[in-house]
Amino acid sequence: MPSYVIDEKCDGCKGQDRTACMYICPNDLMVLDAERMKGYNQEPEFCWECYNCVKICPQQAIDVRGYADFVPMGASVVPLRGSEDIMWTVKFRNGTIKRFKFPIRTTAEGSAVPDGGYAEGPGDLNDQNLWTEPASLGVDALPTKK
Amino acid sequence: MEAFETVEMSTDLLIVGGGMSACGAAYEASYWAKKNNLKVLLVDKAAMDRSGAVAMGLSAINTYIGIDRNENTPEDFVQYVQNDQMGTVREDLVYDVARHVDSSVHLFEKWGLPIWKDAEGNYQRAGRWQIMINGESYKVIVAEAAKNALGVDNIIERLFIVRLLTDANDPKRIAGAAGFSVRENKVYFIKAKAICCMCGGAVHIFRPRSVGEGLGRTWYPPWNAGSNYAMMAQVGAELAQMESRFIPTRFKDGYGPVGAWFLFFKSSATNAFDEEYIHNTDVLKPWAPYDSAKPVPTPLRNHQMMLESMEGRGPVFMRTERAIAALAEKYKDDPKEYKKKMKELESEAWEDFLDMTISQALLWAGQNIFPEEKKSEIMAAEPYFIGSHASHAGMWVSGPADLAPPEWNWGYNRMTTINGLFTAGDGVGCSAHKFSSGSHAEGRIAGKAAIKFLVDNPGDVNLDSSKFEGIKAEILKPLKTYEEGKSYTVTDDITPNYIRPKMFLFRLNKIMDEYAGGTSMWYTTNKAMLERALEELRMLYEDSKFLGASDLHELMRAWENYHRLWTSEAHVRHILFREETRYPGYYYRADYKEVLDQANWKVFTISRWDPETRKWSIRKEPVKEFLQP
Ligand SMILES: Cc1cc2nc3c(=O)[nH]c(=O)nc-3n(C[C@H](O)[C@H](O)[C@H](O)COP(=O)(O)OP(=O)(O)OC[C@H]3O[C@@H](n4cnc5c(N)ncnc54)[C@H](O)[C@@H]3O)c2cc1C
Ligand code: SF4
Ligand code: SF4
Repeated sequence: MPSYVIDEKCDGCKGQDRTACMYICPNDLMVLDAERMKGYNQEPEFCWECYNCVKICPQQAIDVRGYADFVPMGASVVPLRGSEDIMWTVKFRNGTIKRFKFPIRTTAEGSAVPDGGYAEGPGDLNDQNLWTEPASLGVDALPTKK
Repeated sequence: MEAFETVEMSTDLLIVGGGMSACGAAYEASYWAKKNNLKVLLVDKAAMDRSGAVAMGLSAINTYIGIDRNENTPEDFVQYVQNDQMGTVREDLVYDVARHVDSSVHLFEKWGLPIWKDAEGNYQRAGRWQIMINGESYKVIVAEAAKNALGVDNIIERLFIVRLLTDANDPKRIAGAAGFSVRENKVYFIKAKAICCMCGGAVHIFRPRSVGEGLGRTWYPPWNAGSNYAMMAQVGAELAQMESRFIPTRFKDGYGPVGAWFLFFKSSATNAFDEEYIHNTDVLKPWAPYDSAKPVPTPLRNHQMMLESMEGRGPVFMRTERAIAALAEKYKDDPKEYKKKMKELESEAWEDFLDMTISQALLWAGQNIFPEEKKSEIMAAEPYFIGSHASHAGMWVSGPADLAPPEWNWGYNRMTTINGLFTAGDGVGCSAHKFSSGSHAEGRIAGKAAIKFLVDNPGDVNLDSSKFEGIKAEILKPLKTYEEGKSYTVTDDITPNYIRPKMFLFRLNKIMDEYAGGTSMWYTTNKAMLERALEELRMLYEDSKFLGASDLHELMRAWENYHRLWTSEAHVRHILFREETRYPGYYYRADYKEVLDQANWKVFTISRWDPETRKWSIRKEPVKEFLQP
């Protein structure tokens, strides 16, 4: 059952203009049961276990159970994604728990400046330099055939 | 059936897709479009923040040249890629990616991607071309810059493009695209004077090893369905090297990456008898001179490993426990340092999975595998199509003006053989090893070239709007077929009136697996089997008229599978045409088992489906080697 929604925790993203899990799933798997106001995975056998729905759910209502056709039972991998880093809790079948924390980005969300502060370049459609080149390459001139 | 609104839009440049290449194209095109007063629109079947192959994140950038520090030159890269793909890549295209790719990587860092640094503050290399990243948010960051450059008003998400449209008066000129929203009852007709079609590669062409709940745990993400190859082929654009399928060797079942284990942790892999198969070099001799290429080409390394399983010496294990012990060895006399080092290595090992193949972490946890204590099994996956990886299927495109020989340059860089139709990343054939960074850079190249095309060709295009109703009906047909057919039987799943997308997929997978060299046949096929495949594919094509879909989601599945069918046929035609085992370790022609057709080796295979005659033709084009050091 790859990703699954915990009944008690899901509130159907009420108060939001759209459900977060449905918005993000790259494979269009998460849907809202409008009667029960609960999200669910409509096609679990096409889930990549990418965890994007898990990471985005505001209620932490989504978890992943390893594919039943080859993963022994009892393990879990749970992320907690903040604005700068992500914390993972890995629980093994034998009960061992390991935690890992990794950075996810060095800038504030939404703040990526397209030109990255690099100079514009010659701005000529007919030469080979792209928008911020050669500055963003770190060399004086774009390489070409000698 | 419910009513569907028809939405007509018009733009100068349309970008189809929202992955690495499309983000590069959007970023670059927005700059040149502003200067020239042109409009750019991007549509993606998913949400750009997490669409495409980088949706989950990545733990390494696999293409970084290091031009600024003289680490490598573009010529070095060309030589490496030419060897790895056994002499069948376009050197102008590969060089072009190499000279631009560092620029994209430097921008990623400025946008906020954490890249590992060594003691001197330089990017931490995992191998000659790879650098390590904390890449959980890689795609989010790259999409953010593209959105900031393009403006969110110029982006439509959850719009699935079904087909491209050519000019009413000129079948060699692109003029637009048609598709539908996966969220609302709307069919779109978008008129465009140029198109960047950048829809990634293809998966679920062949039956995957896992077919239960794990059906979606293919190495390649289940959401790229060959739309790129199918849609561009359908308008008559030439395909190149569609025989170049890709088979990754990965940790078994979870398909977790092995690159960092081999390159960064310096791990070995052994068979049932504790022998290292990489020393078994005699088996590579038939493919000389590539048997002695350094590094050994990816298909040949696969071949060595597959022989272990095929000849009964499996399972094959990655010796993670030995690798970690060897790395920690230096510190063994200092218990405190040793403990610290072990912890660091453990964390690096797990991050490699958690950043890009979380399933593998879950599988290890489920199997109680602690890599510092226990070896772990590796295995070859089912075949995929991904022109940006260690394979190079895709479209035949024009090269850069300053590098390409005249016959490979028809005016606009990365333009297909249809005027105004551009592609990049997995869509460009004969140009492997671009990976995430090179796909972004190539998207930028194509994005700029498309704007140049628009500036040079300011005239309007003509879409025949009298055909819209017919196309709309065709796009929505699976919904109608389902509606009309479903009440004949007590349950809607089994009826003689239609075939549901999932069963259509299983039928395709079975044909490809059993006749075209899938895992159940150990990647082996022959002429007669491929001819059987074509016969069965033909009937499947006829039955595509009976696809039935109960809702918008299933309608998308129906069209995805139709795109897969086209991709499959192109592949079968290419491997049938080549009378040789062109890439051992990717596929075997049993009728030409150890044959490298020397006389015909150094050629590209180029095919075309003619929209007028509705027939395939296939030709050869000599390889040129002119940009190596
Ligand atoms: C499992 C895996 C691991 C990898 N690991 C690494 C790595 O460690 N380092 C590295 O550098 N590279 C890695 N790569 C390679 C990298 O991911 C690709 O090179 C890159 O994503 C290719 O870019 P693309 O734009 O061609 O395709 P993608 O990035 O896959 O984008 C395709 C886009 O097309 C959209 N789309 C598809 N069909 C349609 C349609 N019909 N209508 C509208 N939109 C559509 C999709 O939603 C998506 O937005 C890996 C790839 C895979 C699969
Ligand atoms: S995102 Fe979470 S809370 Fe919102 S619908 Fe999905 S599962 Fe429920
Ligand atoms: S884990 Fe990924 S593929 Fe699976 S439902 Fe969630 S977002 Fe979709």
